[in-house]
Amino acid sequence: MSSLEIRNLNKSFGALTVSRDISISIGTGQCHALIGPNGAGKTTLIHQISGGLRSDSGNILMDGQEISHMSVSRRVQAGLGRTFQITTVLPSFTALENTAIAAQAKSGSSLRFFRNAARETALNEFALATLQRVGLEHRANIPAMDLSHGELRLLELAIALAGKPKFLLLDEPMAGLGRAEGVALVALLASLRGSLPMLMVEHDMDAIFQLADTVSVLVDGSIVAQGTPDEVRADPVARAAYLGEAGK
Amino acid sequence: MMDRSLVFAAILFGLLLLMPFLLPLFGSEYLIGLIIKAMLLAIAAISLDLLIGHGGMVSLGHAAFVGVGAYATAIGLENGIENILLLLVITLAVTGFVALVTGSLALRTSGVYFLMITLAFGQMTYFTLTSLAAYGGDDGLTLWSLATLFGSDIVQSGSGLYFLVLGTLFATWWGVFQISRSRFGRVLRAARDNPERAEVMGYAVTRYRLIAYLIAAMIAGVSGLLLVQHAEFVSPALATWQRSGDLIVVVVLGGLGSRNGAILGAFFIVIIEEVLGSFVHEWRLIYGPVLVLMVLFAKGGIADLFVSKDAKGRAA
Repeated sequence: MSSLEIRNLNKSFGALTVSRDISISIGTGQCHALIGPNGAGKTTLIHQISGGLRSDSGNILMDGQEISHMSVSRRVQAGLGRTFQITTVLPSFTALENTAIAAQAKSGSSLRFFRNAARETALNEFALATLQRVGLEHRANIPAMDLSHGELRLLELAIALAGKPKFLLLDEPMAGLGRAEGVALVALLASLRGSLPMLMVEHDMDAIFQLADTVSVLVDGSIVAQGTPDEVRADPVARAAYLGEAGK
Repeated sequence: MMDRSLVFAAILFGLLLLMPFLLPLFGSEYLIGLIIKAMLLAIAAISLDLLIGHGGMVSLGHAAFVGVGAYATAIGLENGIENILLLLVITLAVTGFVALVTGSLALRTSGVYFLMITLAFGQMTYFTLTSLAAYGGDDGLTLWSLATLFGSDIVQSGSGLYFLVLGTLFATWWGVFQISRSRFGRVLRAARDNPERAEVMGYAVTRYRLIAYLIAAMIAGVSGLLLVQHAEFVSPALATWQRSGDLIVVVVLGGLGSRNGAILGAFFIVIIEEVLGSFVHEWRLIYGPVLVLMVLFAKGGIADLFVSKDAKGRAA
């Protein structure tokens, strides 16, 4: 059984088709990269999977469970973790609080009105351990608005991990990272892969070749090539559509 | 680090507790009445601050719930229900129901649209109240009997009423304090900071907001109940949008997310209204500029003038 299975997904806005008959199957413990030129519909597809955008037709199955009718929050509850292309955290919360509140969603009811949430040891310990996983534990008590861009990217990942996801959607995780930060993040993602299947939108080809088991090339809302990174690199259609043209 | 705001609250409540014993020295029923008025305003303002300060939901129709609560009580009294506990249950049920209906619709929007739709619901409430011909219509209704506690009139006037209002103010302060640091309050603040992120953390944001809206409305309703006890009169004017605006002024003036601030803000408004009002007929001409200056020079609200920023704490 695939960890995430996308079947014949379609989406149009009026006459503009942004997703055309997209099918992707990602196995347990696999990393799948989605590449394509700007405007190809990558972010639209991420939105369709995470639930911000309803598809016109098609199915999305996570561990065999149909999730395409669920709201965004229900999908997260069901185990779909997500990071954003543009860093999206809670600015007035500390790194630890950001992570703890993400963990809270998966640990008992949040309809509790009378206990100090900041003193819940189990939540805080788990949150700190999660920050440790991404190497941010030394910044635990810093408000998110005071973190650097690179740290925010890591916090974003920690928030997603704190929700104990079964599957991870990564929207351009490398965006805006310096070389050293990028290398560290690739190593981190590589260590997660295997236990946590993921779908990653990314432009950084080095990262893709290091992390991805399979790659889909999206052009004008359609998948024009699919296969291992090497297969895709050798595919003339993919080269013409993306690799050659991008050249960056 | 939030201890200082707790100390400050203890001083505030301590003073309020002593007032009835101190004021008779100056022989003033009038001053006690003024303090009750300010405390009632503070109760409604603290409940609104749960929405604005913690939830980021700026409602311009919150006074409607004070009005609904007051009318629920008044109509109950007119129909022979005098047990204050029963009236409380009725008030909570009616305001809760109205909040459930209006909130479910209003919370489909946010920001300025939420402000507009709450304003519209507030005005609808106001006009509904003016149309209650059997209960005074436009003119309002003078109540000849008031609520009793197990048949005793102790909660109708004097120090009994004073301590009832003070106790309710404290319960509101304490309840909102608990909520603000609870799991629920944290989700509410997360949704204020970044609703999309809260949603992608797995929280159905609208549901949490609706619950906060219900809680705030019910607290405002209780202040309406007590207002009836104090004023022995209800009128649709309680529910006007100007009243809702006054509540926002109290909250912003006191400092967002600060319960102590809401109390100070309420006292500030009531006192300035009385003091200026007794000197000049057009007191609002002075009141306006005073507000402008306060907002410009005490951005964190009145509470900030007493308690330093970091001591107040983001979680407060």
